[in-house]
Amino acid sequence: MIARLRLRERLRDRDNAVYAILLILALIWPLATIYASDSTFLITQAGHAGTWVLLAIGLNVVVGFAGLLDLGYAAFFAIGAYTYALFASDQLGSSPAHHSFHLPFWVMIFASMFVAAAFGAILGFPTLRLRGDYLAIVTLGFGEIVPQLFYNIDQWTGGINAIGNIDHPALPFWVTGPWAGDSNVALVRNFDFGFDPVAYYVLIVILIIVAVILVNNLYRSRLGRAWMAIREDEVAAAAMGINTVSTKLLAFAIGASFSGFAGAYYGANIGLVSPDSFLFVVSVTVLVMVVLGGMGNISGVIVGALIIYFLLYNVLPALPSTVESLAKAVGLGALNQQNGEWPGLAGAAQRLQFLLYGLILVLMMLLRPQGIFPSRVREQELKHSGPVEDEAVVEQAHA
Amino acid sequence: MGIADLGFFTLAGVTLVLLAAQAVINPTQFAQVFVFGLADGAIYALVALGYTMVYGIIELINFAHGDVFTLSAYIGAALIAFFSTSENAFSFGNVIALLIVFPVVMLIMGVINVGIERVAYRPLRNAPRLAPLITAIGMSFTLEGIMFVWHGPATVHVPNLLPHGPGWETYIGGVFIGFKDVFVVVAAAVLVALLAVFINRSKLGKAMRATAQDRDASQLMGIDINRTIAATFFIGALLAGAGGIIWGLYFNTITYNLGFRTGLIAFTSAVFGGIGNIPGAALGGLVIGLIAAFSDNYIGPKWTQVVVFGILIAVLVFRPTGLLGMRVPEK
Repeated sequence: MIARLRLRERLRDRDNAVYAILLILALIWPLATIYASDSTFLITQAGHAGTWVLLAIGLNVVVGFAGLLDLGYAAFFAIGAYTYALFASDQLGSSPAHHSFHLPFWVMIFASMFVAAAFGAILGFPTLRLRGDYLAIVTLGFGEIVPQLFYNIDQWTGGINAIGNIDHPALPFWVTGPWAGDSNVALVRNFDFGFDPVAYYVLIVILIIVAVILVNNLYRSRLGRAWMAIREDEVAAAAMGINTVSTKLLAFAIGASFSGFAGAYYGANIGLVSPDSFLFVVSVTVLVMVVLGGMGNISGVIVGALIIYFLLYNVLPALPSTVESLAKAVGLGALNQQNGEWPGLAGAAQRLQFLLYGLILVLMMLLRPQGIFPSRVREQELKHSGPVEDEAVVEQAHA
Repeated sequence: MGIADLGFFTLAGVTLVLLAAQAVINPTQFAQVFVFGLADGAIYALVALGYTMVYGIIELINFAHGDVFTLSAYIGAALIAFFSTSENAFSFGNVIALLIVFPVVMLIMGVINVGIERVAYRPLRNAPRLAPLITAIGMSFTLEGIMFVWHGPATVHVPNLLPHGPGWETYIGGVFIGFKDVFVVVAAAVLVALLAVFINRSKLGKAMRATAQDRDASQLMGIDINRTIAATFFIGALLAGAGGIIWGLYFNTITYNLGFRTGLIAFTSAVFGGIGNIPGAALGGLVIGLIAAFSDNYIGPKWTQVVVFGILIAVLVFRPTGLLGMRVPEK
């Protein structure tokens, strides 16, 4: 009993510590970056990274909790983004419908969520009876079809031209202050988000906090335990009276709804939705975030998403110029020149990005196949067997 | 016959009726599309075999396989440059080049694939199931990255070494058939036949089948599991290697990311035929090649991807075991 309590304390410790660090970081991020870099660029980036965090949290429900491999998660993201883009821009005016809609963001974010969830349920209903790997393949196929469909039905979606000029969210009032670069704290009436990075940043942080609380509660609920039971042994779960099909369907739909949520935010934030933004690479990247962070562990998944985002959008793109200036510094500036077959050092580094990303994925997985912060329950299962495993499960059930 | 089978046969029946209607309306066009589809399908079949073998033995969707296929075309093109060949006329030099390049590239690809297995998959054999999937994706990016560094984003030309032009092409009832089309289909058929004999007759083939069925029991019977799995990767890469050069010689242009789409289609073929089933993968490749060709012509190229993956989903929903697959109990 004492051992059990201690286990419980440790379990709370690490994840809570991670949450606390993330929260403090999120709070000081706008002020700190504005003072350090004198621009809001890093806040814009954090706003984009937040989309990925939301996606990773949603996919974690499907993959981490219920153990269903989804290789087409970007499709639901696309559906969410297009739902918002179609009903909050002039796009439908030039479509056969001849009437453009400008519904408010706050309504559409829920609409996008429900539409994505509905598609998740429609896809899941006939396919969730399949064995695990077949489900992965069905979702892969779905993920390939959806962006292509948005390309093809171009009289509705604009196809390759994408949907631009998407409405920004608006609020009746908003508080601005030194954190947004203004000198005084002031109340703004009829606030339009426009391209204000701080507003989007605040919005995504709130969305993520809501998502984390929701998912954490789901995880501890009866439904969450049913998901884990199915993940561990579907036959045994069914024998215990769990309706496996509807439980899996819920995981699928809830996972998809997060991605619809993220899609609406993405459309509003970027202001442009194109089929190219939802290809297989996106699904894979989100999956990598989840697996690398530690499947089933929400705080780990958030960290995984931030690391991969930082790697993909900061480290790798900065490589060419870094290498170039490094070469200049050590007196190898000649290498920077383009010369026949040689594309110049920056060009070579540019070409290397893809290769490096691949190698980093392989290395990270080889070094830590269970992820950076694996779920404590799974960690126990992997490390021990027998009674300890039982205890961990019991522990979870009481938590 | 269950309702699922009913759905499957209804779908297949409707498709066949629609195709038959096209065949009656314009038989020449139909036959022409059939020939091209068959040639594409033969290549998909070669790649699909690698997917199905690897999946059958270690239950891994080997995402890097499509890129092994592309890399072989890149290496093939580089090796051909060492020979004195002629693209305009068929010469003795071309025969020599092809006779040497084919086995050499296949061997190189075999060694590379065994290396990939050793580095990226074997250490994770007892890890959580998603870990090797992520390394497979990582290896896929790595191989594409290598080709990207090598030749950049532009297309790479593979010399048109197979006999072509007047004298090597003919019209049968208005249908164009070139030596290249025949070569692709025959080469693929020979390789598949060799593989079937190997799997069914040789001791290593038997070991592979046993390992696919039950790894632990095979180990108890004295089968060296690591060697058997490595051999599976080796043979899969031989076939993908041959497929890559054949693709290069047939279409004459390749790009670094060719393997992604081809790999997905080949994997679809493997699933279509019943994953883990070798004749199924070959048949699936041919059928998917034909479907893609028909869809290109009758529906429009931009819909082909939707059609192929739509069929994939329909097959999995109505007949999860594929065309030739057997019901496997959940492990």
